[in-house]
Formats: sequence, structure tokens, C-alpha cells
Amino acid sequence: MRQTIVRDVSDLPTYGYGPRSGPWWGAMGFMALEGMGFAIAIGAYLYLYAVNPTWPIGASPPDLWPGTVETVIYLLSIIPNEFTNRAAHRQGLAKARIGLIVMALIGIALLVLRGFEFAHLNTRWDNSAYGSIVWLILGLHTTHLATDVGDTVVLAVLMFTRHAKPRRFSDVTDNVFYWNFVVLAWLPLYVLLDWVPRL
Amino acid sequence: MAAEPNELRDDVLNGLQLSTQLERVWRTPSGLVGALMSVDHKVVGRRYILTAFAFLLLGGILAVLMRIQLAGPEKTFLSADKYNQVFTMHGSTMMFLFAVPVMEAFAVYLVPLMVGTRNIAFPRLNAFSYWMFLFGGCFLWTSFLFNVGPDVGWFSYVPLSSLQFTPTKRADVWAQMITFTEVAALAVAVEIVVTVFKLRAPGMTLDRIPLFVWAMLVTAFLVMFAMPSIMVASTSLILDRLVNTRFYDSSSGGHPLLWQHLFWFFGHPEVYIIFIPGTGMVSAILATFARRPVIGYPVVILSLIATGFLSFGLWVHHMFVTGLPQLGAALFTASSMLIAVPSGLQIFCWLATLWDGRPVYRTPLLFVIGFIVIFVLGGLSGVMVASVPIDTQVHDTYFVVAHFHYVLIGGAVFPLVGAVYYWFPKIAGRMLSERLGRWNFWLAFIGFNVAFFPMHILGLIGMPRRVYTYTADMDWAHLNLVSSGGALVFAFSFALLLANVVYSLRKGALAGDNPWDASTLEWATSSPPPPQNFDRIPVVKHRDPLWADSESLPVVAGLSAERREVLLTSLAEAEPQIREASPEPSIWPLLAAIATTIFFIGSIFTPWAVLWGTPPMAVTLIGWFWPTGSKEDEE
Ligand code: HEM
Ligand SMILES: [Cu+2]
Repeated sequence: MRQTIVRDVSDLPTYGYGPRSGPWWGAMGFMALEGMGFAIAIGAYLYLYAVNPTWPIGASPPDLWPGTVETVIYLLSIIPNEFTNRAAHRQGLAKARIGLIVMALIGIALLVLRGFEFAHLNTRWDNSAYGSIVWLILGLHTTHLATDVGDTVVLAVLMFTRHAKPRRFSDVTDNVFYWNFVVLAWLPLYVLLDWVPRL
Repeated sequence: MAAEPNELRDDVLNGLQLSTQLERVWRTPSGLVGALMSVDHKVVGRRYILTAFAFLLLGGILAVLMRIQLAGPEKTFLSADKYNQVFTMHGSTMMFLFAVPVMEAFAVYLVPLMVGTRNIAFPRLNAFSYWMFLFGGCFLWTSFLFNVGPDVGWFSYVPLSSLQFTPTKRADVWAQMITFTEVAALAVAVEIVVTVFKLRAPGMTLDRIPLFVWAMLVTAFLVMFAMPSIMVASTSLILDRLVNTRFYDSSSGGHPLLWQHLFWFFGHPEVYIIFIPGTGMVSAILATFARRPVIGYPVVILSLIATGFLSFGLWVHHMFVTGLPQLGAALFTASSMLIAVPSGLQIFCWLATLWDGRPVYRTPLLFVIGFIVIFVLGGLSGVMVASVPIDTQVHDTYFVVAHFHYVLIGGAVFPLVGAVYYWFPKIAGRMLSERLGRWNFWLAFIGFNVAFFPMHILGLIGMPRRVYTYTADMDWAHLNLVSSGGALVFAFSFALLLANVVYSLRKGALAGDNPWDASTLEWATSSPPPPQNFDRIPVVKHRDPLWADSESLPVVAGLSAERREVLLTSLAEAEPQIREASPEPSIWPLLAAIATTIFFIGSIFTPWAVLWGTPPMAVTLIGWFWPTGSKEDEE
């Protein structure tokens, strides 16, 4: 078929930020389906809650402190996260490195706290359906957290190598964006796990 | 960030020079390792399609075994136990390893071509998804051959599938196969969405997207919202079985109905995940062979979206006999019937298109017409089972078996075979034989109806589903014999399809770029398409670009000719925004899939696999994302 050139795209940039870039949409896609996974798990929790005369079943509610401390850290983490975001948008390598390291450390601290949270659930996964669902939900969110922390660590390392090209800053902003989702997903889970059993 | 000044760009090259240069940049490396590294959506798509059809063949063989067993009363061809495995494997294979994957596979091959880009979004994820699908399917079938195949039905109801009633590994195999295939399906869904959102050719605004692409977009969303449910369900099931959680155990606060809710929240949309791509194929084929655009383009799109939405409200209709509150049941009956409306609208649009066009009755169109006839019948019996009193009557009888085969085979397999005839020339570069095609169609159409129509009657006179045999005094023998005969004819029609493909691959007439004189972009490049799909990215100015711009195709220039680059455009208007790098071939997706497979299968046998299985997964993922091998990083 004959062709007519009607447009030249050579002066377009070779990477971009946010909804202009492909990876950002990929992250959105994964958030949608992970969010759906959480929604379904919450639905299952509420279903079991509704069909059981007592809740929690044969256990006291989880101890509040680990989840609450985590929640505070999650909320505060938005500040360094935003700092990283700005650094990446301005392509400030030094600041972006600092931001990534701080975020990686926060993530690791949260993983450690998560260990305590499991220990203070006051129920085992095999005690009752209540125990099963809280372990499942916490397990899902931990996997979610751990992959994001892994991603942050790898990205941080990457920014110290020769691969720290300008386009990588776009990856950093996607990582920032994803972290906001990790935080956002946690909030309803915190209410569900720590407060609903106290109703 | 604009082009580096010394970069080789496609505006300094022309014609053959440009083709060879781009081919060099985009081709899959040679040799076995090269083949295993491929991230070309066409290579992966072709593998995906072939693998899914291989599973159709396997599932079909099981179907024939069942029909042999049921051909007469008190046959001993299959034992009760074997029969349970066979119908479970048949249902699971058809739903999870054939129907959904084959539709996504066609999308993997076609969508990038139809939206005018060079590769799918996230090509490595795409390769990974294929390997996961392959390994998951092989895992299920190997288990079956080693006599640990699942035997609890394709929906594995608890408590039947719980440890207490199924102490062997059978149900674990089933649950883990689900996770494999869903990982694959979800990955492809995300790729399709992003490809359609961001990789469309400049000018392909939302109201110029081909209907097949629209259908796949809606399907991808359905997958994304339905499949997490079954993953939660099957994960909970396997946890119940392996580490003693109590999700479905009513003695410890669990609830078997939880399984049914989670399963059908996925299972009902699943039918539409299979059917909606079928309608996309129908629209594509119909426009080409009626020689005019489908009438009511916006109506068709709105119907697709409405069907997608409604399909989520419907899962409870599978549970009428479980004793729901009255009002709930009434509501779900209403919405089950409501879904007939958008499907009906689409059918009217298609009929109007045929009516108003100058139809050319080639094989693909025959299959489309077969689809319309069968699907309307399936829809009618569907409206019947959507009503609570009738459902209570025919629940778990052959009436239901008849109904869902009418819907699944009519709604998906007929359009699919039509699609094979339609797109084979593009994929293989050669035409399928028209003569064999007609035989194929008529045997399929007649065989299908003879096989499945009698099942309606069998159901009404009381034959339950999932029985391995029946006694002569039930008076079911004649109809069953007829049905089995029809099934053999139907199965034979697929043998003809296979023969046609094998024969035409070598001897078929050469296709040329656009043998059907179709209007969408996949026909604007050679058959089969070169690794780069298009030498220059087309610019779309009409809904039917090849009909409107038949003189000369408007294109863009200025993309890199020395590295893999795709053009990103804006969401609604498809205005060019970025020239983004597209990943190079890589072995890591395969390695990651192998690591994940070891993890998944290992965890059936020991929970410790979660510990020793994770590091290899992490390593392969890092290898995958580490930006070596991409040219931009090696400057
Ligand atoms: C040659 C074509 C086919 C024949 C003869 C056939 C035959 C049958 C029969 C006899 C059963 C009932 C088993 C029983 O309840 O005892 C069955 C079940 C089923 N079929 Fe097919 N089938 C065919 C193709 C398909 C296709 C293409 C699909 C899906 C795309 C499919 C999906 C199913 C499902 C989901 C079940 C339910 C299995 C279960 O209860 O666990 N079948 N089929
Ligand atoms: Cu349904």
C-alpha cells in the first residue's frame, strides 16, 4: 500500500511522567486488580462476620499497638515519599537517592513491625475461620508490602549505578505513586482487622 | 530529551532499506535460546493460540470419551471414578486452559496490529504469562495422566473438595492450576488495557477503535475484576487443605457457601469473558463480509459495556437452589433476564448490517451465521434457567448441560473457528481451503445441534448431570445415542479444521496483504507481518481506515530506526506524546516462570516451599527488570 508521511514525531520526548507514560498505566492496572483482591478479601471477612453469632471466634481482638504504630508510620511516610517524588521530577539525583533509601528503610521497618503484628493477632490461622481470614488478609497485604519494598530497594541500588539515566526518574515517580496505594490499601484493612472485632 | 542528534531515524531511510533495518532491530534472535527469549507479541500470540487449541483437542477427546460412555445404558467403558475425573478435566480444561486463553491469545496477536503499533505493552510480562499458562496446563494434565487429576467438578464445590472428602492431592492440583492460569490471564488483561489506552496509532480516537479491540478491552476489564475472586477462593481452599485454615469448615465458623459466592462472582462473568471476545470476532468478520461497517457502532460498544457491568450482578443465579431470601432471588432473576437486552441489541445490529450489506458467504461468515442461530437458542434456554421456578426444576439436569454448551460453543467456539478462517491468512500468509471450510462448517453446525439439542429434552425428562451411567428403564437411551452420534460428527469437524490448517500451511494460496479487502489496520501490513509490524506507524482518520484511505495510507515518520521504540498517544484523542523504548528479548521471563512454577507446585507438597521458593523468584524478577540488554542503557 502506498504511504504518505503526514507527521513527524522525531521531536517528541523519549520518556514521560505519570499518565503520559506506559509503566504508570501498568502500575494502575496492577493496583486495580490488587485492589479488587483486597475488596474480595474484605468481602469474605464481612461475610464470615455476618454468618457467625460471635466475632472474633474463640479469641480476643488483636492487640492494637502494632497495627496502630504501622498506621502512623504509613501516614508519616507520605512526607518522604512526596520529597522523593519532587526530587525525581526535578531529576535531582542526590535527593532522589536519599529519598529512595529513606523509603526503603521505612519499608523494612514496617516489615519488621508486621512480624509483631502477626504475633499479636491473638489467634492462629487454624483456630477458626476468624483466625484464617485475618491471617489471609494480613498475609496478602504483607506480600504486597514486601514486593513494593523489594522494588524500592532494587530501584535505589539502580540509582547508584550507570543505569541512573534521566528516564529512570520516571520509574522513581511510579514507585512513589505505588507506595501511596500501599498506604491507601492499608487504611481500611487496619480498621477492619483492629477495630471491627471490637464493635 | 528529544532525539539524540546522531541517532538513526526512520525519516532518513526509505522502502527496502527501512524494512531491513527495522527487521534487524525488532526480530527475535535465532536459535532455540533466541526462541525462548522472544518478546514479539506475534510469536507469543501464535504459541498461545496453538497451545490453547492443543488443550481444546485434549478437552475434546475427554468429551468424546464421556459421550461414548453415555451412548447406551449401563456401559462400563469408564468407571464411576474415572468418569468423575474425566468430566472435571473436561470442564476445567475447556474453561481455564482453552476458552479464556484462546481469546486472550487472539488479542495478544491481533490487538497491537489492529491499533497500529509495533508490540504489545509490557512484552516481557506477555512472554511470562505464556510460560505460566503453558506450565500450569502441563501440570494439570501431567497430574491427570499420573492419576492425580482433579475429580470434583470444574467448580470444585466445598465440602466435596475439602480434605475430609478428597484426601488425595487431586483438589490441590485443581486449586493450584487455577492460580497459574489466572496469573497468566491477569497479566494479559493489563497488557491489553495499556496497549489499547496508550499504544493506539495517532488519530485512533475512542470512536475509531475497531469493535474487536473494544470487545477485548471490555473483556480485559472483566478479567481484572472477576479473576481476583477465584484466586482468593482457590488460595483459601488450598490453605484449608494444606495448613488447616478453616475458611470453608462449618465446624469452626467457616462457611461452604463462601466458596460458592467467591466462585460464582468469578464464574458468571467468566462466561462473558468467553463470549464478549466472540462478539468482537463476529463484528470484525461481519463488517468485512457484509462489505460495510457494522450498523450502530456506538450501540454495539454500549452493549458490550452494559453486558460487562450486568454480568457482575448475576452470580447469585447459580445459587438459587441454596435457599436465598425471596427478594434477593427476585432481583437476581430480573437482572439475569435484563442481560438479554444488550445481547439482543447487538444481534439486531448484526442482522441489520447483513441486511443492508452485500454479503459474501465465505467460510468465516458461515460460522458467524451459525453463531447467531445457536446463540439465540442458548439465550432462550438461558432466560428459562434464569427464572427461579424453572431453575429449581432443571437444576443439575442435562437441560443445564445443553444450555451452557449452546452458550459457550455457540457464543465462543463458532466465532472462534470463523476467526481462524478469517485471520489465518494474516498469521500464516496463506489462505485456508474454502472447500474444506464449508464441509467444516456444515458438519460442525449439524453435529453440534444433534449432539446438544437432545440434551434439553433429556434434562426435562429428568436425566441428572454428572452421572456416569443410567439404567435402561429410564428411557434415556435413544436420545443419548443420538447425542453421542452428533458429538462424533462435531468432533470430526475439528479434525477437518486441523487437516485444513496443516494442508494450507504448505499448499494454501498465498494471501497477500489484504485478501478479504477488510478495513482495519492489521491488513495494512504484509502477511505474515514483519517483526516490526509496520515500517511506519499509520495515522488513522476514519473508523475504517483501509476503506477510506484506500489510495494511500497516511503515516508518521521520526521514530528511531536503531532501537525498539513505540509511539505513545493520549488516552482519548490519540495524540502522539512520547517515543517510548520497548523491551528487548530476554530469557528472564522464562526463568521467572520456571521459578514460580517450582514455588507453586512445591507448595502443594510442603509449606516450606514458600520459604525456599521465594528467593529464586526474587532473583529472576530482579534479572528481568534490571535494565541490561536495552540499547538505551548501553550507550
Ligand atoms: C465436542 C464438544 C463437547 C462435548 C461432546 C461436550 C460434552 C460434555 C458433557 C457430556 C458434559 C457433561 C458431563 C456430565 O455432567 O456428566 C460436559 C460438561 C461440561 N462441558 Fe462440555 N462438551 C464439549 C465441548 C465443550 C466446550 C467447548 C466447553 C467450554 C468452552 C465445554 C465446557 C463444559 C463444562 C464447563 C462442563 C461441566 C463440567 C463439570 O460439570 O465439571 N464443553 N461436556
Ligand atoms: Cu451465570
